Amino acid sequence: MSLPPHQESQTEVNAAAEPISVDAFITPEIDVLDSNGQTHLSLSGDWQLRCITRIDSAMRALEVSIKGEHVTIDLGKVRQFDTSGALVVERLRDALEQRKIGVDYQSITADRTTLLEAVSGARHADYSDDDGTSPVPSLADRIFAPVGRLAYAFWDNFIAILFILGSVVRGTQLKRNRSSGISAAAIFSQMDHMGVRAVPIIALMSFLIGGIIAQQGAFQLRTFGAELFVVDLVGILQLREIGVLLTAIMIAGRSGSAITAEIGSMKMREEVDALKVMGLNPVGVLVFPRLVALVIMLPLLTVIANFAALFGACLTTWTYSNITPDTFLARLREAIDLSTLASGMIKAPFMALIIGIVSSVEGLKVSGSAESLGRRVTSSVVKSIFVVILVDGLFAIFYGAIDF
Amino acid sequence: MVEATPQNGYADGGVEPAKVRREIILEARDISVAFGTHQVLEHLDLDIWRGEILGFVGASGAGKSVLLRTILKLSARQAGTIRILGLDYDKATPEQRMSLDMRLGVLFQQGALFSSLTVLENIQVPMREYLDLPKKLMDELALLKIELVGLRPESADLYPDELSGGMIKRAALARALALDPDLVFLDEPTSGLDPISAAEFDELIAKLRDTLGLTVYMVTHDLDSLFSVCDRIAVLGGRKIAVQGTIEDMLASDEPWVRSYFHGKRARSLVRTK
Repeated sequence: MSLPPHQESQTEVNAAAEPISVDAFITPEIDVLDSNGQTHLSLSGDWQLRCITRIDSAMRALEVSIKGEHVTIDLGKVRQFDTSGALVVERLRDALEQRKIGVDYQSITADRTTLLEAVSGARHADYSDDDGTSPVPSLADRIFAPVGRLAYAFWDNFIAILFILGSVVRGTQLKRNRSSGISAAAIFSQMDHMGVRAVPIIALMSFLIGGIIAQQGAFQLRTFGAELFVVDLVGILQLREIGVLLTAIMIAGRSGSAITAEIGSMKMREEVDALKVMGLNPVGVLVFPRLVALVIMLPLLTVIANFAALFGACLTTWTYSNITPDTFLARLREAIDLSTLASGMIKAPFMALIIGIVSSVEGLKVSGSAESLGRRVTSSVVKSIFVVILVDGLFAIFYGAIDF
Repeated sequence: MVEATPQNGYADGGVEPAKVRREIILEARDISVAFGTHQVLEHLDLDIWRGEILGFVGASGAGKSVLLRTILKLSARQAGTIRILGLDYDKATPEQRMSLDMRLGVLFQQGALFSSLTVLENIQVPMREYLDLPKKLMDELALLKIELVGLRPESADLYPDELSGGMIKRAALARALALDPDLVFLDEPTSGLDPISAAEFDELIAKLRDTLGLTVYMVTHDLDSLFSVCDRIAVLGGRKIAVQGTIEDMLASDEPWVRSYFHGKRARSLVRTK
């Protein structure tokens, strides 16, 4: 009952869709008629972008193969004709006229004439010719130029870091004599983003690390019958090294990348320039709160990490080695003292400064393109993690030298 | 009501009367768009004819961009049908959608050039995506487009952040024209350009319409563009097309917003010179 109208509507849809179906084009073709010096080119089919490849090389071949004095291009049988068709035809005409062969068009409509004129007016640069080969640099250039560039980049980086450090110490630098333009709200909001919200992941990671070190230590020390000393191992290792190092690495990945991306996208959208024009120091406004928040939060996160790791170690030794929590705590109290704890915690603010400054410097280096933002975020994370580990090593050497 | 005839159809040589030749290229019917409880467009109808330049105006926040985004399928609508070149996108097969996409070009307000590609590569993006062209031909075509929109060939190798505002608009137009589309959407093409560049851009659009047989949908606030190049003007107001017609119709309209728009201080001097 409802079939006929349904069918009807379906055919209607098809009919409406037909003008833009994908393969409804007629392949473009050229007929070459040669009679005593007069060449007659008869073009037919669709000369448009989606099928122009089929005729491109044939038209290029005609540029050299045509002999004689005069060529007539007949567009009478061409159905569709767009800029790509016009380009191919005009290119042939140009090449022929350079060889002193006269060209004229036949049975051409007014709009096609306009199009051909527009195309020939626009075509005066041959692109493939002007990207000529640049001279190959000499061996010395290829060795020393990158080294020199690297040295300069290193120096610029160093200056930028000092600049940011100096600006931070100097404060927000408002134009008029309001010496402290530091916004407490900005600092607290950053502390929330970078510190409080990182607590779960830092705690979980450290819990697992503490457990893993305890299990490995207990397994190895068991052979020597010194299983109880696993408490010394975990306590000293975690408090002196692992706690602060892993927290810093996690924060470098988590917050360092965020700082670079935030500052970098503000730089791309000229927001940093807007701050400058308003008389605000972008370093003071953007970098200072983040740096302060990091310097406060990283030590606190380290404390949480230490607790979580010792808790994990305690549970592991209890289940794996039957060392009760009481014994664990008693042993721990003997193994560590204030200097163990302090030597780890002293490093935390330095790590925070490194992460904050390296990622801010990278953020301010972002230029216009989205690609550069990506590159800067990557290099921010890589550099800050590398420098964090390097500084940790320097601290170890320093502590060793002063016997701390 | 609609007097302006396209100066140049694709073919037909102009023997038949203009009325018969007119073909609806975009047909929007009963469009309703709402964000939450906020109704932006309601029962909106709009037609665009082949070969015309339609100027689209409306107060800020009236929903011009929403309508443009709805037509381009960038944001969803609650009701209505949109047929472009006789094809309803929602009912089309993937192949039909692809060939429809190939026949539309869009110039976004900020240009939206890909920042990691040069101007030449930007123009070649749609060509690479849809067509299998030899590299040399693609370079020639992209360079032709660059020169057609009035850029110097040297700018082909520049990156978008090295271009001035006017050059960005031209490069973005060249990208929109990369596949020789039938219908081009321009979102405030002359905003942020100085009056001379803006006038040049208007002329360029009119010239391209005449040579390439384009149909242009232009969202604009530039009174100069409306007076100089637009064949027809549609005014968005009260969640639908409030008034549409030629510039004379606009000047004669009694709609309060249209009156204050076309009879304001800035418009009056243009009316006088016209």
